Amino acid sequence: MRNRHIATALLAASLLLFAAGCKKKTPVAPPPPPPPPPPTVVEKAPAAVISSFTAEPSTIVRGEASTLRWSVANATEVTIDNGIGAVSASGSRQVYPTSNTTYRMTAKGGGGDAVAAVTVAVTTPPPPPPPPPAAKASLEERMSREIQDIFFDYDKSEVREDSRATLQRNADALKTILSEFPSAVVSIEGHCDERGSAEYNLGLGDRRSASVREFLIQVGVPGDRLKPISYGKEKPVCTEESESCWQRNRRAHFVGVQ
Amino acid sequence: MIKSRTIKLTLLAAACALLALPQAQQSNIVLKLTGGTKSKIALPDFRGAGGASAFTQVFNETVFADVQRSGMLEMAAKSFYPLSPPQQETDIRPTPAPAAAQRGAAPQPPTCNGRCLTDWSMPPLNANYLGFGYLAEQGGQLVAFGHLYNTTVPDIAGAKAFRKLYNGPLTEEGARKIAHEYAADILSQFGVPSLAGSKIYFVSDRGGKGMKEIWSMDFDGANQRQLTRFNSISTMPAVSPDSQRLAFTTYAEGQPRIRVMSLETMRFLPFFNPQASMNATPSFTPDGAKMLFASSFAGYSSQIYIANADGRDLKRLSDNRAIEVEPKVNPRTGADIVFVSGRGGPQQIYRMNIDGADVTRLTPGEGEAANPAWHPDGQHIVFKWTRGFAPGNWNVFIMDVASREVVQLTRGQGRNENPTWAPDGRHIVFSSNRKGSAQIFTMLADGTEVRQLTTVGNNSMPVWVK
Repeated sequence: MRNRHIATALLAASLLLFAAGCKKKTPVAPPPPPPPPPPTVVEKAPAAVISSFTAEPSTIVRGEASTLRWSVANATEVTIDNGIGAVSASGSRQVYPTSNTTYRMTAKGGGGDAVAAVTVAVTTPPPPPPPPPAAKASLEERMSREIQDIFFDYDKSEVREDSRATLQRNADALKTILSEFPSAVVSIEGHCDERGSAEYNLGLGDRRSASVREFLIQVGVPGDRLKPISYGKEKPVCTEESESCWQRNRRAHFVGVQ
Repeated sequence: MIKSRTIKLTLLAAACALLALPQAQQSNIVLKLTGGTKSKIALPDFRGAGGASAFTQVFNETVFADVQRSGMLEMAAKSFYPLSPPQQETDIRPTPAPAAAQRGAAPQPPTCNGRCLTDWSMPPLNANYLGFGYLAEQGGQLVAFGHLYNTTVPDIAGAKAFRKLYNGPLTEEGARKIAHEYAADILSQFGVPSLAGSKIYFVSDRGGKGMKEIWSMDFDGANQRQLTRFNSISTMPAVSPDSQRLAFTTYAEGQPRIRVMSLETMRFLPFFNPQASMNATPSFTPDGAKMLFASSFAGYSSQIYIANADGRDLKRLSDNRAIEVEPKVNPRTGADIVFVSGRGGPQQIYRMNIDGADVTRLTPGEGEAANPAWHPDGQHIVFKWTRGFAPGNWNVFIMDVASREVVQLTRGQGRNENPTWAPDGRHIVFSSNRKGSAQIFTMLADGTEVRQLTTVGNNSMPVWVK
C-alpha cells in the first residue's frame, strides 16, 4: 500500500511542474540561413601548372647527355619541342644536343596552359693532343735497324774493301740519327775473336774501333759524338770454335747512348 | 832413380839456382834443380788427440801435398808403410840385432812394425826420410809435434833432423797453417824455399756471367776470396813486389782503365789514367815506384808507357804503329823490359831497355807468343806460344832470355795461358781450359806435379806473389 502513495505523490508533483511551465511562454528565434554556396566553381577544368622543369647537367660537352626532368599538374597534354613531342605529366628524358639548345615545355590544361623552358649549354670538347710525330723510333731501335756491324780479318784492324759500302751507309744513317738525337753519343765497340791473347786483343779491338771512327770522321760524322771502346775478347756474341763464329766476333759494333 | 827429364830440378843450397845448361839431343834448356837421385820420404798420417782429431785429415793432406808439390822428394808408397809408425821420439827403438840365421836360410831382417827406423829404410819402402808426429789440443789451441828423421843414420840421436812444436787456432784454417809450416821445415832441409803464406791473385767470373772480378787465394787453392766488386769486367791483375798494392784493368768507368788498390786496407789508391781510349795491362817496377802499362794515349795504337806509381809523369817507351801490350820489367836488373808487340806481324815477345832503346825480338816469329813473365832470377821468362798449333792453342814455354833456348811445359791439353812464376822460382801457375772451363793450375817448372786449384766458374790470369 505504501508504494501506491509514493507514485501518487510523484504524479502530483509532475503535474504541478507542468502547469507552472506553461505559464511563462516566449517567441522562438528563426534558424540561421544556410551558408552561401561556395563561389561558383566554373564548370571549366583547372589550368595546367608546371611545377618543375630542369635540365641536369645544364652544361655538357658535346656528345654527352643531359637529363630533362619535369613535373606538371592539371595538364591534359604536355609537349616538349625540339623533336621530343608529347610526354607524360612527369618524367625524364635524356637529350644529346650538339649545340646550345633551349627546350620549351607546353602544358595544356582545361583552365589554361603553362609554358616553361630550360637551356642546355653545349661546349665543344678540347681538341685531342696532336698525334705523336710519326711514331718516332727510339735511339736503340734506330741504331739496331739502320747501323750494321763492320767485320775484320784475323789480327787486322783495317776496314775491308767489302765493308766500305756498309760503313758509308752507316755514316749516312749516323749523321741523321745524331742530328735527330742531339744529346746522343755513339760508342764504337771494337771486338776480337777468342784466339788471340786477351791483352793483345784489347789493343786490337782499340785499333778496330779507331779505324772505323777515323773513316766515319772523314766522311763527315762528327768525331766528338763517336766514342771508341775496346772490349778485346771480353764480350763475344758466340763461343763456338769455328771460323764463322770467329768472324762474327771480329767486329766493330755501334751502340747509341743518350 | 828419377827419370831423365827435359828439365831437371836441382836445388843447391837455399837459392833456387836456375842454370841454363846445354844438353845434347832435342832438349834445348835444362833447369837444374836436383842433383841426380831424389831422396824418398815417408809421411805416415798424424793422429789427433781430443779436439784435434777433427783436423787430422786436412793437416795430413796439406803436408803431403806441399811436400809432393815441391818435386824435391820422392813420396814412398803408402801401402808399404808399417802399421805402427812412431808418434813421438820415445816410440823409436833401436833396431834389434839380427837373430842368428838358421842354418841354410837367409837372415831375416828384424822388424818392429814401424818403431825402428830400419822398418822405413829397408825394402820395399826404401825411404831415406821419415816424418811423423801427432796433433793435440792444448789450451784451446791446435798443436802439432812434427819430426823428421834420416832413416839411413844408424844412431837414433844422430838420425833426428828436427823436432818442432807448431801452434795454431783450433780450426781447419789453423790446421792448414801449421801443416804448411811443418812441410816448409821438412822442405828447408832439402834447400827448398817455402811457399807458405804466398798468395795467388786471379780473375773469376763466378759472381755472374759476363762479369769478372779480381780474387785471391792461398797457393794451394784454399781461402778463395773476392777482392773487387764493380759488377763489371775487371781483369789483368798485377801485384807490387812488396805485395802491398794490386793494379788491374777495369771497365767500371766505361773504357778500359787502370785502378790500383791497397791490399792492406782494400781501399783504392789514386792512379791518374792518361786521356786515352784504353789504358791497360799495368805492372810494377821492382822497386814499386813506377808503373808500366799499355795506352793508346798517342792516338794510333796501344803503346808502352811508364809513369809514377800514381800515373803521373807519363813517358812513352815505344814508338811505332803496332799494337804493344804487357810490359814486364826484369825483377833482378830493373833495367830491361819484355813485352808483346805486333810490329813484325803476329804477336811476339820482344825486349827493350827501360828507356825504350835496343829493341829485339825474343821469340822466333813462328806462331803467336804472348804473356811473358819473368823468373825471379831475371834470366828466364815463362810465356805462352802457339808454336806447332793453330792460333788460339796456347802452350806454356820457358825461355832462357840470353840464349833464346826454350822448353815446352804443356802439350796440346787445351789452351794454357798467363803463366807466372811462384816466388820460389820453382813453380808456375797458369790457366787452362783442358777440362772444359778455364781453371787455374800449378805445376813444377818441369811441367810435373800439375794441380788444379779452382773449380767454380771460369778462372784466369793468375799471379803468384809472396
